[in-house]
Amino acid sequence: MNYVPNPPWVVRQMLDTIGAKNIEDLFADIPEALKLKRDLNLPRPQSEVELRRELAALAGRNLSADDRPCFLGAGAYDHYIPAVVEQLLLRSEFYTAYTPYQPELSQGVLQTIFEYQTMICNLTGMDLANASMYDGGSALAEACSLACDATRRRKILIPDTVHPRYLEVIRTYAMGGKMEIITVPGKDGSADPDAITSMIDNRTAAVVIQHPNFYGNLETALRQIEKAVHGVKGLLIMAVDPISLGLLKPPGAWGADIAVGEGQSLGNPLSFGGPYLGFFAASEQLMRRVPGRLVGETVDREGNRAFVLTLQAREQHIRREKAGSNICSNEALCALAATIYLTLVGREGLKEIARRCHQLACYAKQQLEKAGLKLKYQKPFFKEFAVAIPDPRAANTALLKEGIIGGYELDRALLLAFTEKRTRAEIDRLASILGGIARE
Amino acid sequence: MEIKANLYYSDDHEWVRVEGDLAYIGITDYAQHHLGDIVFVELPEIGGEFAAGDTIGVIESVKAVADMHTPVSGTITAVNEALEEAPETLNKDPYGQHIAVLKMSNPDELKKLMTGEQYTAYCEQAEE
Amino acid sequence: MSKLIFEKSVKGARAFTLPESGIPPAMVTEEIPADLLREEDPLLPEISEVEAVRHFTELSQKSYGVDSGFYPLGSCTMKYNPKINEWAARLPGFAGIHPYQPEETVQGALELMYELEQMLCEITGMDSFTLQPAAGAHGEMTGAMIIKAYHNSRGDTKRTKMIVPDSAHGTNPATANMLGYKVIEVKSDERGLVDIEDLRALMSDEIAGLMLTNPNTLGLFEENIREIAAIVHDAGGLLYYDGANANAIIGIARPGDMGFDICHLNLHKTFGTPHGGGGPGSGPIGVKSFLADFLPVPVIEKHGGKYHLNYNRPLSIGKVHTFYGNFGVMVKAYTYIKALGSSGLKAVSQNAVLNANYLRTKLAGRYDIPYNRLCKHEFVASARKQKKEAGITALDVAKALIDRRCHPPTIYFPLIVEEALMIEPTETETRERLDAFIEAMLEIDREARENPERLKEAPHRAVIRRPDETGAARNPILKWTPKD
Repeated sequence: MNYVPNPPWVVRQMLDTIGAKNIEDLFADIPEALKLKRDLNLPRPQSEVELRRELAALAGRNLSADDRPCFLGAGAYDHYIPAVVEQLLLRSEFYTAYTPYQPELSQGVLQTIFEYQTMICNLTGMDLANASMYDGGSALAEACSLACDATRRRKILIPDTVHPRYLEVIRTYAMGGKMEIITVPGKDGSADPDAITSMIDNRTAAVVIQHPNFYGNLETALRQIEKAVHGVKGLLIMAVDPISLGLLKPPGAWGADIAVGEGQSLGNPLSFGGPYLGFFAASEQLMRRVPGRLVGETVDREGNRAFVLTLQAREQHIRREKAGSNICSNEALCALAATIYLTLVGREGLKEIARRCHQLACYAKQQLEKAGLKLKYQKPFFKEFAVAIPDPRAANTALLKEGIIGGYELDRALLLAFTEKRTRAEIDRLASILGGIARE
Repeated sequence: MEIKANLYYSDDHEWVRVEGDLAYIGITDYAQHHLGDIVFVELPEIGGEFAAGDTIGVIESVKAVADMHTPVSGTITAVNEALEEAPETLNKDPYGQHIAVLKMSNPDELKKLMTGEQYTAYCEQAEE
Repeated sequence: MSKLIFEKSVKGARAFTLPESGIPPAMVTEEIPADLLREEDPLLPEISEVEAVRHFTELSQKSYGVDSGFYPLGSCTMKYNPKINEWAARLPGFAGIHPYQPEETVQGALELMYELEQMLCEITGMDSFTLQPAAGAHGEMTGAMIIKAYHNSRGDTKRTKMIVPDSAHGTNPATANMLGYKVIEVKSDERGLVDIEDLRALMSDEIAGLMLTNPNTLGLFEENIREIAAIVHDAGGLLYYDGANANAIIGIARPGDMGFDICHLNLHKTFGTPHGGGGPGSGPIGVKSFLADFLPVPVIEKHGGKYHLNYNRPLSIGKVHTFYGNFGVMVKAYTYIKALGSSGLKAVSQNAVLNANYLRTKLAGRYDIPYNRLCKHEFVASARKQKKEAGITALDVAKALIDRRCHPPTIYFPLIVEEALMIEPTETETRERLDAFIEAMLEIDREARENPERLKEAPHRAVIRRPDETGAARNPILKWTPKD
């Protein structure tokens, strides 16, 4: 293939215009010693026919959750994506655009981001939201960093019921030296509120709570933790599942100062872990410290409604070494997918999806218990829980043999997720296979 | 561009007006002009102690950001809170709007600052 | 003006239906304590499918992508995004796989990532790559972490400063600051290159490294790069390659051969993946072998024809992304590299440089070009002449281009050029497009002299006139709130 449009005779004329003998002349400023004197050792160019064949073969070596019941969750979920989302994302005015730095030419993109920000605010109950971060883990790490800047403190308390990979990302971001990350052991699959509150002091920048947590359990002591951290003027950071917010009290109602989460569930495919989108919402007091892009409403010189990137003095291209974050590119197209998704499912649909996920999880619990299994934790959950199983790897292998993508392997347990795509029949089969293993 | 004769000026385009042992500090007409439309002013906390040259606040315009330094050492005794609601007054009336008031700990530092005349020459040179 | 989706909401309208569950409600007891439940529904739109589709279609028509027309946005490499890549990323065997599936069920995905890493090593002359960073700035951060981890591993903890050129992208100093480094600027010399003497004077045993783009943000090749590398290395620092401008040198010269220790690439610039209106991108990092142990986990390994993810890497900086990075973007870049091969990639850079020099040559008469000599994939012009003659600024020129259905260049960057217009045509533009752009720029210059007042009011033909950005920043409205 070749995407260079000028035929050789045009190239020749262009070289003449420039006054160059040949194309090599255009690289005369690169010292000879640095020039690569050979071809790159890469496969030969391929036509589209060949590319299709090769890519389809590579894709064919993967087992797609599109064709199999999938009970894997642990931060990435097999929710349904309406056909409209996929179609509209192919509008190339959206996907081949750059960041909307020129508002007159980008009102469409800017308006979708403004609508996205509004939806995230309404879901989370927060005052404002940015235009997206890389993913759930990096959004949480940036939230911790912001909390340290805003409070001028270092200590971040995190229960070990937070997604272990989120915790790893936060630890990596902490290499900058402004954060001290302290993990607090959980109790029975939940954050331990007494342990957390006993560690809160006037050096605490923030407490992080994931709700539902990594094990799918709901954190029931939010009020106690919120009071304690606000009592020392620290911040409460919550990481939440956006689908759960169709049913659960939002972070804003719990008094969270920052709410983040993985937005993949909102219309984005599993895609082996990315591209996903981190959503990031905050209280108004933190407005001028929020990382990333923000779109604001204004008017043009004739008084018509217009949208622009705003409060840019926070960002790296203006604030440079004083910027709180270095983020530039974000996940705008994934945020657009989320906007279209939330538009389509709408107010009632999101509630129904959330309720269905919960209902299916409750049904699964019932069927698994009937089959002789027990949940690892006896805690309220939303759409995901851990079922106790002595050898989770063997269980997953057995499920895969039956064409089922099993759960996330925990210590002597399997973490199972139930989206609205799962059916009663699939859950019955899951329970029957796992029950069979348990009886062995 | 306006430069007042009875003030002290710093290299960073801040002015100082002295009343007894109090220093009123603000930004010059030159500074506001180069920043463009000011949209936000972050003020220091009252009681804060600063040495000459320290950053005491931040001034943001749409496309630029500048640290606000204090040209003299001392303790902040007051800030111009009206700027939080109406930062644009810094553009309209840079010499009428101070940003903070310091109780000077070393008034001798004023000698190191420029007079209006010196500052005029300094700005002309910067413009070349 | 488009109404917001919320303003089109009609109570009771809907576009989504759940499937039957087959589970009678009485059969299950739902188990969420009442005080954890939401009291008010989230305020989301209520709208029919057709109206939802029309809403977003209308918004797409008020947007502008590479497929809409010329997009010479300097430093952003807005090249054509091949459609076969979009097809590939959407294959169910790629789009439908869960990141935690057993390794034996994702061998095709792991192979693709492994092969992409190998190809990027060859293209850059580095020894190992990670694909985990989700964007260029994310890659820079990962690279700065590796620099820090390397010095720390040697007990060399006094290196607290990072050097960046005064012409650098904002992400360089912002990244260094995130890692706790004090940022030191090295000046550009009168030729627009790193001032070697200034660099020499800045070097010490407190310098962790130098972050550099090559070609730099003026589009000029840092000819003294070997000497720069020697100066940095002799003082114990590391040299970081910011790959923002890699589109100029693919198949021609390699960062690894220039003396760089770490480099990032922007798959969304150099390797043809779309920018998505701001993202997703992908910012892989390559390192020389002595830094490979510090790369993020997991690394992809190949043993006996099988691919697997290795987390057991004691010196690794850790994770920077929850999963493995922006896999969908990797699929597109892989497809792109496979399509072009060695000869095609070299032609990319050759034609990118040809197009830039063609524009530079033809604009040089009427626009001031501060460093007017052989450039690489981009160059920086200036509107200072127009400003002096007619009060027309780079911003006015940009807005006037919008009226001519052309995306403006990057303006007011790099900071060292007054009234900067940073122009990067990319290799995928025809001569006819370039000529039309030149014609538009010359027309704007004429208008600047003949009718400057009209130019200051531009754009006249866009969907809005110039917006009040000052008002937006003074009284921020960041979400829609219902009237009443």
